[in-house]
Amino acid sequence: MPGLEDLYREIILDHYRSPRNRGELPTPPAHKSEGFNPLCGDEVILYLVIEDATVVDVKIGGQGCSISQASTSMMSAAIKGKTVEEARRLIRAFKALMSIHGSKLEGESDGADLEADLDGVALGDLEALQGVVKFPVRIKCATLAWNTLRQGLDETAATA
Amino acid sequence: MSLDVAKIKRDFPILKREVNGKRLVYLDSASSAQKPTAVLNAMDDIYRTSYANVHRGVYTIADESTRAYEGARAKVANFIGARATEEIVFVRNATEAINLVAYTWGRANLHEGDVIVLSEMEHHANIVPWLMLAEARGVELRWIPLTADYRLDLTSIGELLRGAKLLAITAMSNVLGTINDIGPLARAAHAAGAAVLVDASQAVPHLAVDVQDWDADFVALTAHKLLGPSGIGALWARRELLEAMPPFLGGGEMISDVRKDGFTANDVPWKFEAGTPAIAEAIGFGAAIEYLEALGMDAVRQHEAELTRYALDALEDRLGDRLTIYGPQDVAVRGGAISFLFEGIHAHDISQVLDEDAVCVRAGHHCAKPLMRVLGVPATSRASLYVYNDEADVDALVEALVKAEKFFAI
Repeated sequence: MPGLEDLYREIILDHYRSPRNRGELPTPPAHKSEGFNPLCGDEVILYLVIEDATVVDVKIGGQGCSISQASTSMMSAAIKGKTVEEARRLIRAFKALMSIHGSKLEGESDGADLEADLDGVALGDLEALQGVVKFPVRIKCATLAWNTLRQGLDETAATA
Repeated sequence: MSLDVAKIKRDFPILKREVNGKRLVYLDSASSAQKPTAVLNAMDDIYRTSYANVHRGVYTIADESTRAYEGARAKVANFIGARATEEIVFVRNATEAINLVAYTWGRANLHEGDVIVLSEMEHHANIVPWLMLAEARGVELRWIPLTADYRLDLTSIGELLRGAKLLAITAMSNVLGTINDIGPLARAAHAAGAAVLVDASQAVPHLAVDVQDWDADFVALTAHKLLGPSGIGALWARRELLEAMPPFLGGGEMISDVRKDGFTANDVPWKFEAGTPAIAEAIGFGAAIEYLEALGMDAVRQHEAELTRYALDALEDRLGDRLTIYGPQDVAVRGGAISFLFEGIHAHDISQVLDEDAVCVRAGHHCAKPLMRVLGVPATSRASLYVYNDEADVDALVEALVKAEKFFAI
């Protein structure tokens, strides 16, 4: 049985208590996307400003459990200033991180591809969220922000 | 205490197990209750000794199976004060019972501009079927609001009911625990010309219910919340209503004759029971009712009121105003579903920490999102009490909550 400290690492609680990049941005130029986890009511609101294929600004909002909100905060810090391509690579790497130990997400790649998705991507603080995979019920909490990011990037690509 | 809980606990095999090396403390019966050996044995026995399809064979075990199935129907009828066994329709759960009414009675009787009155404390099961009907038929929904102490605000009830064709209301809130006084409401609805549907999913497991006293027209209930199996529930309706309603699902069992050019529906209640039913589950439903009747529903109610008082006081003593409880403080008007929220700690995180101590509580919106919006919260934790819970279970909850609060302390 994994302990609570595997799930609630100090860095996660820190992002939960003091979320980074919290706020709103005017739309346009920002693009707003929202993600919901209908089973538990977690909510992620994401404002993205994309210029020259780069995430030049990001703000987050929403409400939910510590895992969903910490993951959102950590994601916002990780993608700010990155190119859209780098952000997409981070999404794949994070999803791969969440899929290790056999709990593959719907529509995600298999084990071999997971290694490839993780290879060479620096996850930094985000690795603290790896403990979540030992609590399969909570994986959806951690991935909500990233699904919302992918949705936001897809929408901005479609309108660009 | 009015029940011998130590003895009752021994009747529930699952309560002997441990989680994370701790005694299982099950406080999620409002979601689904655990099953006593008597229910498990009744279902096991029918499969081992008398199982066959019902209402079809002439051989001995088919007759035994049919009698056990129909015997269960009689137990349900008697338990809720139905005038006749034929007024009980077996369905999968309370949700299906309400959908059955919406699809048959609702589509036959409700038209554009008609009004359905609901309350803000309804479960999605008693909201979404009516929203679907509203979309399909242009029916208007009106909502009975709540008072500051989480009860129905009936100050404008006359106005809300004016011109209404249906009042669809819960007898006990699965979130707030609030018990609604159905009788006077039903009489007011009838005086306004509205039929009355009662969602009794939470009430029937915990209170002595008499559908005649309620003066209801339709009552929906489910077995799995009253110590019975999942997959079986019942719709009670006054016989003349059932007879006038068109059938729901078509198939075997629900017909008395089928020709190439049409069919004749079976008598009630079988007209609403298309296909092979959940036979063993119905028998388990009956066994659960026998178990509750042996305890006595008045004793069940008294036990839960006392334990709810103990829990509300213990939560207040140890956690004070850091914990908000959403529900009435007066145990005379509430059951044992206790919803709460810590300032700054999400319900899911609370549940996670409690799980480490094998304390099972629900976290989330409890299938009552309109109510969550009224309360202004995204989710709550909910501990709910039943016949097998005692003060030690409440103490375990409170201690685990103290621990959770420390864990997330800023």
